[in-house]
Amino acid sequence: MKEILEELRISSREAISQADGIDALEALRVRYLGKKGELTAILKQMGRLSAEERPIIGQLANQIRAELEAELDARRDQLREQALEAKLQEETLDVTMPGAPVMLGRRHPLSRTLDEIKEIFIGMGFSIVEGPEIELSSYNFDKLNTQEGHPARDRQDTFYFNDDDTLLLRTQTSPVQIHTMETTPLPIRVISPGRVYRKDEVDATHSPMFHQVEGLVVDRGITMGDLKGTLNTVLRQLYGPGTVTRFRPHHFPFTEPSCEVDIQCFECGGKGCRVCKGEGWIEVLGAGMVHPRVLEGCGIDTQVYSGFAFGMGLERLAMRRFGISDLRLVFENDVRFLEQF
Amino acid sequence: MKLSREWLDELTHITVSDKEYCDRMTMSGSKVEGVEVTGDDISGVVVGRVLEMTRHPNSDHLWICQVDVGGKQLQIVTGAQNVLVGDLVPAALDGAELPGGVSIRAGVLRGEESAGMLCSVQELGLDIRDFPQAAENGIFILYREGDENKELADAVPGQDIHETLGLGDSVVEFEITNNRPDCLSVIGLARESAVTFGTELTLHTPQIKGGVDDINDMLTVQIDDSYLCPRYTAKMVKNIHIAPSPLWMRRRLRAAGVRPINNIVDITNYVMLEYGQPMHAFDYACVGGKKIVVRRAAAGETLQTLDGNERAITPDMLVIADAEKPIGLAGVMGGFNSEITENTNMIVFESANFNGTSVRKTSIALGMRTDASGRFEKGLDPMGTVPAVERACELVELLGAGEVVRGTIDVVAAEPVKNCVTLDPDRINGLLGTNIDRDFMEKTLKSLGFVLDGDTIISPSWRSDVEGFADIAEEVARFYGYDVIEPSLMSGSTAEGGYTDRQNFERDLGALCRGMGFFEIITYSFGSRTAWDRIRLPEDSPLRNAYVIQNPLGEDSSVMRTTSLPSMLDSLGTNAAKRNTDVRLYELATIYLPQEGQILADERSILTLGLAGGGTDFFTVKGCVEAILRGLRIPGVRFTADHNNPSYHPGRCASITVNGVRLGVMGQVHPKVCEAYGLEGDVFTAELDIREMFALRAPEPVYTPLPRYPSISRDLAVVCDKEIAVADLTDTIMAAGGTILRDCRLFDVYTGAPIPAGKRSLAFSLTLRADDQTLTDDHAEETMKNILSSLEEKYGAVIR
Repeated sequence: MKEILEELRISSREAISQADGIDALEALRVRYLGKKGELTAILKQMGRLSAEERPIIGQLANQIRAELEAELDARRDQLREQALEAKLQEETLDVTMPGAPVMLGRRHPLSRTLDEIKEIFIGMGFSIVEGPEIELSSYNFDKLNTQEGHPARDRQDTFYFNDDDTLLLRTQTSPVQIHTMETTPLPIRVISPGRVYRKDEVDATHSPMFHQVEGLVVDRGITMGDLKGTLNTVLRQLYGPGTVTRFRPHHFPFTEPSCEVDIQCFECGGKGCRVCKGEGWIEVLGAGMVHPRVLEGCGIDTQVYSGFAFGMGLERLAMRRFGISDLRLVFENDVRFLEQF
Repeated sequence: MKLSREWLDELTHITVSDKEYCDRMTMSGSKVEGVEVTGDDISGVVVGRVLEMTRHPNSDHLWICQVDVGGKQLQIVTGAQNVLVGDLVPAALDGAELPGGVSIRAGVLRGEESAGMLCSVQELGLDIRDFPQAAENGIFILYREGDENKELADAVPGQDIHETLGLGDSVVEFEITNNRPDCLSVIGLARESAVTFGTELTLHTPQIKGGVDDINDMLTVQIDDSYLCPRYTAKMVKNIHIAPSPLWMRRRLRAAGVRPINNIVDITNYVMLEYGQPMHAFDYACVGGKKIVVRRAAAGETLQTLDGNERAITPDMLVIADAEKPIGLAGVMGGFNSEITENTNMIVFESANFNGTSVRKTSIALGMRTDASGRFEKGLDPMGTVPAVERACELVELLGAGEVVRGTIDVVAAEPVKNCVTLDPDRINGLLGTNIDRDFMEKTLKSLGFVLDGDTIISPSWRSDVEGFADIAEEVARFYGYDVIEPSLMSGSTAEGGYTDRQNFERDLGALCRGMGFFEIITYSFGSRTAWDRIRLPEDSPLRNAYVIQNPLGEDSSVMRTTSLPSMLDSLGTNAAKRNTDVRLYELATIYLPQEGQILADERSILTLGLAGGGTDFFTVKGCVEAILRGLRIPGVRFTADHNNPSYHPGRCASITVNGVRLGVMGQVHPKVCEAYGLEGDVFTAELDIREMFALRAPEPVYTPLPRYPSISRDLAVVCDKEIAVADLTDTIMAAGGTILRDCRLFDVYTGAPIPAGKRSLAFSLTLRADDQTLTDDHAEETMKNILSSLEEKYGAVIR
């Protein structure tokens, strides 16, 4: 009997190692270990053995059963592993094929630039205010110290809606500053971005409608040093930390003292090139201390309060930023242009 | 304003390089646009004396000249016929550069060596007006023995032509701001230069030597409108001798960009450049009644101006008239009828002060901007008339152009206003954020011409722009240096910045649109009336009531838009024309609606969507609109069929509302509208009012506990009349389902056999759930029964 068991041990091992699938392996389990299996059949004959032989053979049979079970399990794991490998191999994709398309739009380059400016000012404690584009002359001009007879009020420069020139398309976003000073308690820290209109024919650098971002600060003890400090911070954020600025005297009716702000040309570093038209500097901002007459017109006591204001053209900034050479592209809305930003 | 540094040097001596001069002037407020050196495009040209001339053996028009170019003799071949032996001529040597990028090389001309070229006045980049002695055709004979004009007689062979002709002057061009007409003059800029560089300013007081007769016996001046003409000063010159003006004057005029004409005209221009005071000269013989009247034009009057044009003038224009007729347009241009001619014997110099606005309006109305009007319109110094006219007379004597008549007529019709400001150093420093001492302030102001009387600063007559303490602060700061002011961070109360809810709402809106593939566009706020026809607005549509620009650039930009649809269609049209397919665009477009009883417009922002191509259909757009409204958390949105919107397909247009408030409209654009915009295929748009959407948004979310019990699903297919709207059936289902019915979605629509004609089958997927227990089939059955009976009762819908 011992010989039979040993034979079974060898033949079953051989069979298990040759099983080529989970199903075949399961059949072997039944064949050897099932209720009617070969090992079971041998064990059923145990009764015929002598008392001395029985424990020895019993032990051997149990040992063989354990061995068989272990081998069956091991072979099963092996086969599963192989099957998975094969499946994964089968599932291989050409990962260079394109993804399923998802449509994604983009911000207009002007909005993108404006959003960036807004973030900078919000970070400095400013709010964003808006105002009407169809505006009274008194807000667009008179209250900004631009009296009757000033060239900016000419019909060749400004769009009007009525005969007595009292209603117009704002030529600057500055009237929003007046609305703000008239309605907001001090202190004030605002920017007013928006559309403005001037009677310029459309060409590569002009448009009858364009955008400005203006800012206003009014508080006790605001100085021209504050104007410089604030605008330096803004320009460094817009043009990079190494930006060199230059504040140069200028004239605006609603600020005094007034200045224009240049940055050193980022293309040539100030040597003079095509970008800065040989000047080494690029004008980026107009600014100044709010004219006392403007403050007083809004009922603000100039003995106590002072302020500064500034303004910049959004189109020029965006065009410079993205290297756009023709302003007409900006309002044409060709998606081949829009998808670049 | 172009300033010759050579001229400047006569008033204040500044030795720095052009670059430093320009940089510092810019930083003290006189912005330099550029600097040009006269004759810097010429090199290698010297004076030559022609020693010998022989005919070229192989040419019938060329000459072989032996030329002394200073220490050596060169053979130069020329084709000009006006050269004689002994002439002084400009000789361009081997390697010379001439204007226009011309390079001169020694070479062989028809077998004869030529070491350079003799030059004409044009080849030197100059004009016959600059050098009237030069031949119009041929070589520029600098000097020929016996010439009457001895200006260049001192030239020596070998001398650089720059030196001979007075080239090499630096001409600085300034951008002068509107508030500083005083700087449109050599004196004004010299004053600014002197203060900038701390140099001494030497102003010259005109001296008139002679004097014949008396002007008061010969002329009267009367000002009828003192507002438009506060001051009129006149002097006279007799026995005029018209001739070219001297080289130095021509050179300075030329440097300033003014063409030399003749001595009298040149004198008026020279004085205008020097003093900033425009002048005019009348032929006295043409002043009828020996009287000058400064008055408004009479209705129907005309005047032929110096440029030869006949001008219709109106009573709001100021004219200079004689006893009968206008002889000049005040501050703009003189009259043809009193022009100086060869035969003029006596002239009247006018040096007057006119109201700037009036001059500007006149020049705009007549479309004639002149050098004079450009200055007058900025408001000139009323005290400047007398020195200028005296200077002109001084120059007349200096140039030998005539005899100055004794006396001056100076009519002051309105006294100039004197501006006084208190000097308050603390306040100035407080505004600037500086610590500038009083001495510096006083010194700066005095050198600018301000007068200090204790604490009172009196502005000079040419600085009417300085009226208050802030103006004084600017004067001080300009010369202290804007760049020296220490940048600081705002002290004082901190402000809380940030976006408002509305601004955040719009930001979210944009992000949602972009996430669905829409590109943002920006379009013009104004358009054409024809757009209303193109989008088929009826004649009586309230949207045809718009703000109309009275002075538009053209009809196509003359009305403020009352609807955002045309600009969207324009942009879609642009993309279609460029063959861009599958286009999705959005705009936050402002429209401008007139409001009853209000002057200002109701300016509304409209979210406008536009889709073309890419297999888009109505439900694609509706899905986008729904997603946007869901994303913005706007509950209770209803889409209702709108068959009457003229811009849209009558069967594919929905009005969008929340609780009866209209948010907007969406749908397929009417084929006729598409045609008008050159759009092929189906095009879809949506217009949503952002203000209304913002008002209807849900409040900030509050967390609701997640469901604890599972939900169960049931499908329901019913057959009903085709005309019954899905929205109505859904409403009925939701109402009949009660609180446990959580969701109802349409998932299938079917028509055709076996469904009878005129009917359709609709399949809904329902979700049921309770908050307090796990629902059983019995619950579901009961709910479904309720729903079915409700549907049958209301719409005759039966289960399929």
